[in-house]
Amino acid sequence: MTLVAEAFVDWGWIGDNLDEIWDKVAEHLVLTGIALGVGLAISLALAALALRFRRSYTPITWMTGTLYSIPSLALFAFLVPITGFTTLTAEIGLVSYTLLILIRNIVAGIDGVPPDIKEAAVGMGYGRLRLFFEIELPLALPVIVAGMRIAAVTTIGLVTVTALIGKGGLGFFILRGLQRFFSTVGSTEILIGTLLSVVLAVIVDVGLLLLERALTPWARRKVA
Amino acid sequence: MAEFLTDLLAWFGDNWSGSTGYITRTWEHLWVSGWAVLAAMGVAMPLASWLGHARRGGILAISVVNVGRALPSFGIVALSLPVTIRIARNVPFIDSGLGFLPTFVALFALALPPIFTNTYTGVRNVSPEAVEAARGMGFRGTGILWKVELPLASPVILAGIRTSSVQVVATATLGALVAYGGLGRYIIDGFALRDNVTIFAGALLVAALSVLTEVAFSIAERWLVPRPLRNVGTQQRPEAAASVAR
Repeated sequence: MTLVAEAFVDWGWIGDNLDEIWDKVAEHLVLTGIALGVGLAISLALAALALRFRRSYTPITWMTGTLYSIPSLALFAFLVPITGFTTLTAEIGLVSYTLLILIRNIVAGIDGVPPDIKEAAVGMGYGRLRLFFEIELPLALPVIVAGMRIAAVTTIGLVTVTALIGKGGLGFFILRGLQRFFSTVGSTEILIGTLLSVVLAVIVDVGLLLLERALTPWARRKVA
Repeated sequence: MAEFLTDLLAWFGDNWSGSTGYITRTWEHLWVSGWAVLAAMGVAMPLASWLGHARRGGILAISVVNVGRALPSFGIVALSLPVTIRIARNVPFIDSGLGFLPTFVALFALALPPIFTNTYTGVRNVSPEAVEAARGMGFRGTGILWKVELPLASPVILAGIRTSSVQVVATATLGALVAYGGLGRYIIDGFALRDNVTIFAGALLVAALSVLTEVAFSIAERWLVPRPLRNVGTQQRPEAAASVAR
């Protein structure tokens, strides 16, 4: 038996397609950014509702938990007959998956603010709004950013699936590679699409961590 | 709308039997998922319980969680295909690198992180007092692992297996892309034909199977967890550390 040592990666392909790779990285980041932005806005509103009216928290987590448990391809498939093969379909799906993680972390973060600090603030004359924006939100920030990081990493992975409905960012390469899987170019495309998606996830994860450090300078003093 | 619902109902009446019917497709879906989870258990559990028992490899466990979350399932399924094609070409007793094999390889890889981390943290977090007491009663190394640590860790380990299984059943949908059957067939073929009824029916079947898997495991967990550890209440139901959307 002769071992067929067929090349898996065609390094030349990468150099020849740098422009297209950049385009798809940008598309990937835009799809992720919109999903996180819209997801955060909806989550803040729903978390505020849950914090104001405690009894709404259970149905909110139940609803977003159900959305979260639907397999991504099935969720996109549910939407295609209604919204078609569009960016809207992709974004509705992607936003749905961020909600549970974000709402849970926002509520847990605000709940975790020590009561004596809130009392001290009220004693110093802080009103409800000022208390929320100047005390509760900054102190809850590490927990909220932790949720953002999980949501971001998850979303970046899921964006690749939207290639199947004609979007996809780096998922585009994975799908095109799959259509010519028997060739070295095909396996190269699949590998590059997957690897770059992981790299993006790691970069965004570390970026959000650094952002959290920058936004909470008081947390660093504790360590020193 | 009404017409769509009528078509949908008709679809379920017309497509239940035969080699492309949804009974066969469901069976194919569960077949590859089951083997993938079993294989992942066989690899991850011995390694993780030994590391947890020896109280080593904490950094490994944390990196498994993070890497597991960043892996795009679509990419892993796609990546398996050129790998298995090359394997099939060079190994005489494997006749096809398409279909079952790439789906199995991808699902196996995706099933590993939750089972590994939950087994590891479960064993590692058994209270030192319990281990100390067992030692005082004359248990030694493997005896402590089998009779004390693993039973006490079982709720967390089972939660890991549940998370893996639900994720694997969800991702098995993508097996249709590498020429496997399974319920994803309807969605992928429906996309190609722009056939909304088939797409929607496939989505319903996939979502239903995913929910049923979750429910089946919740019930199984209630029976498999040792009696004194049951009834900890839903509040304390252990969640997998490496849970991801799929």
